[in-house]
Amino acid sequence: MTDTTASNADDPMADQGTLKQRLAKAERRNKLRAYGLVLPLFIFSAIFFFFPIGLMMFNSIDNPLVANAVPKTVEALKTQWDSRKDTLPPEEVYATFGKEFHDLDRLTQSRMARRMNFENAGLLTLVRRTGSRLNALGKETEGGLDAITDWKTTLIEVDGRWGDAEVWATMRNIGDPITGNYYLNALDLRRDKHGEITTVDENRSIYIDVAVRTFWISGLVTFFCILLGYPVSFLLANLPMRYSNLLMILVLLPFWTSLLVRTTAWIVVLQDQGVLNDVLIFLHLIPDRVQLIYNRFGVIVSMTHILLPFMILPIYSVMKNINPSHVRAARSLGATQWTAFWRVYFPQSVPGIGAGGLLVFILALGYYITPALVGGPTDQMTSYFIADHTERSLNWGLASALGGILLASVLAIYLLYNRFVGIDNMKLG
Amino acid sequence: MAKLPPYVGIGGKTWHYSFRFICGAILFFLITPILVIIPLSFNSEPYFTYPMPGVSMRWYEEFVTNPVWGTAVKNSIIVAVFATIIATTLGTVAALGLSKSNLPGKSALMGILISPMIVPLVITAVGMKFFYSDPMGYLGFGWLQDMMIQWGWISDKLRLTNNLPGLIVAHAALGTPFVVITVTATLVGFDNSLIRASAGLGADPRRTFFKVTMPLVLPGMISGALFAFITSFDEVVIALFLAGKAEYTIPRQMFSGIREQISPTILAVATVLVIFSILLLTSLELLRRRNERMRGMSAA
Repeated sequence: MTDTTASNADDPMADQGTLKQRLAKAERRNKLRAYGLVLPLFIFSAIFFFFPIGLMMFNSIDNPLVANAVPKTVEALKTQWDSRKDTLPPEEVYATFGKEFHDLDRLTQSRMARRMNFENAGLLTLVRRTGSRLNALGKETEGGLDAITDWKTTLIEVDGRWGDAEVWATMRNIGDPITGNYYLNALDLRRDKHGEITTVDENRSIYIDVAVRTFWISGLVTFFCILLGYPVSFLLANLPMRYSNLLMILVLLPFWTSLLVRTTAWIVVLQDQGVLNDVLIFLHLIPDRVQLIYNRFGVIVSMTHILLPFMILPIYSVMKNINPSHVRAARSLGATQWTAFWRVYFPQSVPGIGAGGLLVFILALGYYITPALVGGPTDQMTSYFIADHTERSLNWGLASALGGILLASVLAIYLLYNRFVGIDNMKLG
Repeated sequence: MAKLPPYVGIGGKTWHYSFRFICGAILFFLITPILVIIPLSFNSEPYFTYPMPGVSMRWYEEFVTNPVWGTAVKNSIIVAVFATIIATTLGTVAALGLSKSNLPGKSALMGILISPMIVPLVITAVGMKFFYSDPMGYLGFGWLQDMMIQWGWISDKLRLTNNLPGLIVAHAALGTPFVVITVTATLVGFDNSLIRASAGLGADPRRTFFKVTMPLVLPGMISGALFAFITSFDEVVIALFLAGKAEYTIPRQMFSGIREQISPTILAVATVLVIFSILLLTSLELLRRRNERMRGMSAA
């Protein structure tokens, strides 16, 4: 100890060096400690939040079923059949499939039927029937299925659709363990007989419409939120504290009220026998009760209501920081009230509109509960179809692909938000 | 804005009052739907229209006595409380780390940690439904799980679906961004020399945390905790995918109620929830004031 102090005293440069090093070391330790503090949350979110989403994204391309169930058939379809020649697959393919499919247990057979059905509705019965017919044939025929020599005829006798090249093409198209087909389906595209990408029939295409509708509804809601939110924010930012705090409660109370409470409220207000219809009839504004709910109108009104506080709060916090003397200066230089507002005040409030608008748009894109409860069948957004395919039709691949597209859109806007607003500037309450 | 100067002309006056009128109408639009349902919840008949034929407490009685709602209330409180504790602890600690100035990769980290707030709930819920059905298996610990089943430690796969712990961790993950945001906001302008002073006066880091750091970030922690609590208390989409009948929370039960047949009991529940949010809002406002006061003191 004494030794080092002595040497340091002798050589000031050495002292500086060690001090610098010690500082760097302390700085490094501080940094590590900071990362160490973030780590627990990071791990928690990684396991319970990001991993599930990653799993879902993987589900959107994961397609092991057919590849594992009938690998030889898929292989044979790819190597021994040229779908461009407009012929049926050769006998070998039929034979391979017949034996391979017959050897599967019933569960796998019916899973495969369901998988084929996702691609082409109606194939469910075909594959299921083939399973049970082959089973019966194996028992009826002397010498079992091995005795069958002409598989092509046998299968086509079981079900005529095996004579359709389209069915075989479908099986081949979904035969890869990793597939982009779910994404194609989510964009109303499919692979045709030749494996080329084409659009699905017009009467079957829904998801492009749904995506357009999702963006359209979100855009409209954002627009109305700006339209209604801007004046209120302006009023709140320019009133004396005493009044603005009081009025702020009117904004914050809905913000803090349960989403379901607000949705319930709108159902009560908009119903055919509801409050708004009563009032409109009482005021003789309409001769008869009108349908205000379970349609687009109901969705837009209730979503605007629910998301409006998310618009008002960011605009308000930006407006709060606009220096009022700028407008006064403009006025004293001869600008009319409108010019002073439009040329001086408004441009300074644009960041608030941007922040609120992006936030509302992002939140609106993912809306599920409100449209599900106050919308009609043609007002459902992407989220509804994701939920529907997960819970009802069990087409998890398609659900995940729709989710992947929605997530990509949201993340793109989130990045924009981060760039223009800065995530650390997000204000709450 | 408060009083019109005498030189404002007719046009200016008209504009001034019509602007106020427009704002009043918008605020009316914001608050009325919520207020409209409160009286209706006291309706003696199961209708949703005014004028009401009579006043009664029957729907509140139904809410209090029906075991379905009792379970829902119990579940909601358990889930929200535990989710809040997890979210607040993890979020506060992380915010303390993130508050270190010029930490490399800070904004990226922040962006990642806040994203649970942004990702559409349906996506989160569906992903969780897949993963929570067999978390050990998906994480690569399937073998350990199998061994534990063989040894008889556990009877079946560990799952986080159809039970309360699953809802708790899911809601905790959703709540953390709020805590991170609010605590980080409190830490802006946090005077680090206070920590050094405390250390210099001989306090160990733990004592410093509880005696110096914590009181200063407490308002942020509490308001973050309130956000996390309300997020969980209000959450329905994840409950829709992860909860079985026995785990129905209040919003989940309301959702079923609205779907099937909207009964005035729902309005009674809604009224209770509105009162609850008024209480929350009030405590948040008091906190904000306290925070401003403390800020004022530390600046002086």
